[in-house]
Amino acid sequence: MVPIFFAYFALVSIVAGLLTVSLRNPVHCGIALLALLGHVAGLFVLLHAEFVAVVQIIIYAGAILILYLFVLMLLNLKTEERYFHRRHAWYITGVGALTVELLMVLLASRFSGAKGPATVAAVEEIGNSTAIGILMFSDYLLPFEIVGVFLLGAIVGAIVLAKTPSPADLSGDER
Amino acid sequence: MVPVSAYVLVSAILFVTGLAGVLIRRNFIIVMMSVEIMLNAANINLVAFAYHLDSLAGQVMTLFVIAIAAGEAAVGLAIIIVVFRGKIATNVDQINLLKW
Repeated sequence: MVPIFFAYFALVSIVAGLLTVSLRNPVHCGIALLALLGHVAGLFVLLHAEFVAVVQIIIYAGAILILYLFVLMLLNLKTEERYFHRRHAWYITGVGALTVELLMVLLASRFSGAKGPATVAAVEEIGNSTAIGILMFSDYLLPFEIVGVFLLGAIVGAIVLAKTPSPADLSGDER
Repeated sequence: MVPVSAYVLVSAILFVTGLAGVLIRRNFIIVMMSVEIMLNAANINLVAFAYHLDSLAGQVMTLFVIAIAAGEAAVGLAIIIVVFRGKIATNVDQINLLKW
């Protein structure tokens, strides 16, 4: 059963990724990105990462993508005739060659390594979110705090950047 | 049982898709969406190896990556709004003041 679901999620996410970079209308690209994010969340569920899958749906599809679509509709971008860099279209050739190279390397590798303590059975005993929470607030406490400060900086930066400048601000400027 | 190399394969294909999008698209917002595709490809890799190697570190890192992506989207879209409002440019290739 799992291989069938994996094939479905993998195929749809790849097709949705291709549509995201190739569709003409930006809103359609956003919808294709939504399909991609949802099916990547499905892949996470297959990998026994239920909490990450839910976070992916809530944060990525629910917040980040809505932000993208909001800005897209706010700016009212017109669909363009020339929406690719024509001069740089030969990059696709290089990217295709890179893909083939990557696939060859990946199919040949075995990905062996030292196993950790968190087997599926051990995690299921206390629950996925509990296990992640215990790890995040013990071993990864410093990165967690850094991410918090980073998000505060990002919020302040975004507000300062997008704020409509008042006339008083502009008069003091040489702008 | 799906081998981990299958997940890595999907991740690699998605990553090069996003890379191609960053390189060839002209619209700001689509370029940023392509960056999101690349971040998602990296997330698939992290979670796949977390499962494969019986460790939760990859899942915790994925949560951090999602948080960073949220911050990146907020700041990037704010810059895009400023660029559009000032009628500085409508495409990425028109912003070349810092181009060497």
